[in-house]
Amino acid sequence: MIAVWLIALLFLGGIAAWASERVHPNSPRWVALAVLAAGLLLMLPLLGAAPENGWLAQTNRSWLPRFGISLHFAIDGLSLLLLLLTAFLGIIAVGSAWAEIRHRAGFFYFNLLWTLAGVVGIFTALDLFLFFFFWEVMLIPMYFIIAIWGHENKFYAAKKFFIFTQVSGLLMLVAIAALAWFHYLQLGFFSFDYLDLLNVRMNPGLEMWVMLGFFIGFATKLPSAPFHNWLPDAHSQAPSAGSIILAGVLLKTGAYGLVRFAVPLFPNASAEFAPIAMTLAAISILYCAKVAFAQADLKRLIAYTSVSHMGFVTLGVYAWNELALQGAVMTMLAHGLSSAALFMLAGGLQHRIHTRNMLEMGGFWGRVPRMAAVAMFFSIAALGMPGLGNFIGEFLALLGAFQANPLLTIVSAFGLIFASVYSLWVMQRVFQGKYSDGSFDGARLRDLDNRELAYYAAMMLGLVWMGVYPQSFLDLSAPALQALLDGQPVQALAGAGALPP
Amino acid sequence: MMDFTGYVVSAGDLIPLLPPIVLTVAAVWVMLAIGARRHYPFALASTLAGLLLAGLLAHHLMAGPDPSPIPLLTMDGFAQFFTVLICVLAIGVCLLAHNYWSEFDDQREEFYLLVLLATLGAVVLVGANHFASLLLGLETLSMALYGMLAYPVQSRRQATGRALEATVKYLILSAVSTAMILFGVALIYAETGSLLFAGLAELPAGQNTGFSIVALLLVAAGVAFKLSLFPFHIWTPDVYEGAPAPATAYLATIGKIAVAVVLLRLVVETRALGIVQVVIAFSLLALLSILAGNLLALQQDNLKRILAYSSIAHMGYLLIAVIGGFYAVGPVGVEAVTFYLVAYAIMTLGAFGVVSLLSCDREEFDGIAQYQGLFWRRPALAAAFTGMLLSLAGIPLTAGFIGKFYLILAGVESGLWPLLAALVIGSGIGLYYYLRIVYRMLLPVPDDAPELRRGRAGFGVVAALFALILLFGVYPAPLMKLIEAIAL
Repeated sequence: MIAVWLIALLFLGGIAAWASERVHPNSPRWVALAVLAAGLLLMLPLLGAAPENGWLAQTNRSWLPRFGISLHFAIDGLSLLLLLLTAFLGIIAVGSAWAEIRHRAGFFYFNLLWTLAGVVGIFTALDLFLFFFFWEVMLIPMYFIIAIWGHENKFYAAKKFFIFTQVSGLLMLVAIAALAWFHYLQLGFFSFDYLDLLNVRMNPGLEMWVMLGFFIGFATKLPSAPFHNWLPDAHSQAPSAGSIILAGVLLKTGAYGLVRFAVPLFPNASAEFAPIAMTLAAISILYCAKVAFAQADLKRLIAYTSVSHMGFVTLGVYAWNELALQGAVMTMLAHGLSSAALFMLAGGLQHRIHTRNMLEMGGFWGRVPRMAAVAMFFSIAALGMPGLGNFIGEFLALLGAFQANPLLTIVSAFGLIFASVYSLWVMQRVFQGKYSDGSFDGARLRDLDNRELAYYAAMMLGLVWMGVYPQSFLDLSAPALQALLDGQPVQALAGAGALPP
Repeated sequence: MMDFTGYVVSAGDLIPLLPPIVLTVAAVWVMLAIGARRHYPFALASTLAGLLLAGLLAHHLMAGPDPSPIPLLTMDGFAQFFTVLICVLAIGVCLLAHNYWSEFDDQREEFYLLVLLATLGAVVLVGANHFASLLLGLETLSMALYGMLAYPVQSRRQATGRALEATVKYLILSAVSTAMILFGVALIYAETGSLLFAGLAELPAGQNTGFSIVALLLVAAGVAFKLSLFPFHIWTPDVYEGAPAPATAYLATIGKIAVAVVLLRLVVETRALGIVQVVIAFSLLALLSILAGNLLALQQDNLKRILAYSSIAHMGYLLIAVIGGFYAVGPVGVEAVTFYLVAYAIMTLGAFGVVSLLSCDREEFDGIAQYQGLFWRRPALAAAFTGMLLSLAGIPLTAGFIGKFYLILAGVESGLWPLLAALVIGSGIGLYYYLRIVYRMLLPVPDDAPELRRGRAGFGVVAALFALILLFGVYPAPLMKLIEAIAL
């Protein structure tokens, strides 16, 4: 029931935040903060829960009996880690919006909480129709966040984000419907339940097509080249809180979908497709790192690095062994924190000096030393310095991928070098060199205040924890990943046999 | 084939026909009442009462066993279901019209009389199983619609000045489409000697050539005119734009639904889709309507024109389920058509309802620019409008999403992959212009924003439709169960 409570809490909390604007213009942010903190508290008991049939919590209610669609939610270690990340980054996002969003704040926090409600639904739904429902539900509030509180080119960016995700999502819906239909043909009744659909057998050609429907849906969200085109626009135009949620949480839904659905549902097609997916991953890693280096817009740069880092996740998922999957999960968590922090920094800078153009910046270390130090930390984290979470994730992913495909792994490893280049380039460009405030009002360039510092400190702590003692995370995800690798317990096939045409 | 020669209608046969009978009586009653003494509230109340009674009767009859077939009309559960829907929609249109005509400088009562007549035609259409009743229903509906579209023609301050142009366009093209249907019917009669839909299905296999293929294509073309499927769609945007908003709303909802239902029954009973040429023709109609409707909507700045083009695309989506229904195992195709029609009716009436609510006979509030900042001026109305648009785009939490899901399922079951690809591409393009409207409403309010009209009855209709969109989007199980029970 806990997943249902969480989703209901976020949905209702969103409405409450909007309504509370009438009481006081500042109350929505307090309501949002309280709701997210309550959500985090709700999740904590699961950390010590004993798994039952492999799930830490599960609930199943009939929803649309005509097609065997149910409200089936379940949480395992993998979901729980991502849920914790979601709630944590939700709080960070509220923090970054705290001073930045003054305009129609009630509606902003409403959208923020509804996006997060959709994300929680994605990480917990085990019915594919339900999963798709949440997959699309989170788009609308995110669209509003970009379109209302975004920057100069916000409509273009919001529209592009929405259309890319929606079209690829519809392909996935067609694939889901096809899968359910094959289930009907083979077993005689409609079901959209993940655990039922794992039983479906398809002939190889068909399996590949249906799998591609899922892959395109997830690869667009992840994003992986060549479906990444929407992301730099969406990120650069969104307000910082929007970028934090996009980079930290929304991208992870694509990765989660690959791990939970795309590979386990279509094991044969995925095995056959793995070299192509890993090639796409390598292209994402190298090409987007290269493109990142060519950006003058700070947020666009970070956006491209996100695509590059998510390439390691794809690489790890399609290597499909325990090491690689652990690496993918750790990369998801660590990148969630580091990219959120970098976007928050970029957003903070833009809020102060109203530009994201790095060519106009320089020598900020002397003016804002705290900010510079924080930026240094997260840049180093992003480039994969040992001792921080990102290193563990990418290292494990590469280690696992090497067993599956040495050549592509070697090529991808060059991404780590490129990451150092662009990360340090940003530091030099923005924080070192000669200070000049010719193109902006230098008086507005204030250093981080204590409240902001507290948020960054929390994220630093998380990254150090992941880097120094990753076992605490690995232990949580290991049983879930092992279950995925072994194949979930499937029910006995009754009268199966006939392959669909 | 059923033979009705010498059939004597018994009193029991008339019970399922009560809804159209009530509508007929109501129309005559309102006409006489207006003739005796003009009294606006009385005419409106009588119309609403007639529609309500017909709807309630149909609702009551829907649950009962299917009546024994009689010639001309089968008022089975399926027909009664759509009778309920049509009556509810007509009540909505009347309430919207009440706001729209509130400052009209001419007689208002006859508009409701025309609504009753058109509704009668629509109800006859959804029960038609015979080409004679098809034509009767179609003409009753169309004749009344001409009057509704041209209603403000005598007024000296009409909003668009193009109501007459719109009506004449619709009149001429309607006549052409009726002529095509008639010719097709004549050919079918020559071939089978029967005007029953089912007559065609009884032809021995192999004889479905020549005459019957041409005949079916002619009938399909005539129906495609009414559904404004590409390439028979050219009248749609002009008529939608030129007509007064409530009449457009009626044409776009009931006018489409009744024809779609009769098309579905025609296809099911004649088994026309067993003929490969007909399948190709239908698939092309669907494919081209989806692409053309969505692409042409991109460049429009007038809300009624956008909705006109989007309705072309939506009828194309619907055809996927009509075709799929024939090949799919089980009744999922018919259920898909039914659910989609319900969703389409609600969201289209809702969208036109918003336009209608803000318009009056002097000024149509249909330029996209006029909606700038609506979110901050009238949040509830803008939220409802956004809901309708997102539902048209097929986004979850709305009935439009469940409808699209049904279509995809029907398409998948019958393996219509090219049409599904068109659906996906079309939906992507469609999002662009729906979002454009939403974004306009989110922009800051302009300084010279005009005063917005208010209307309690019309707002009630829009709010109720919004609630239905959400209800059928989040908990559609009861509706799905009902549709499963009444499906053909």
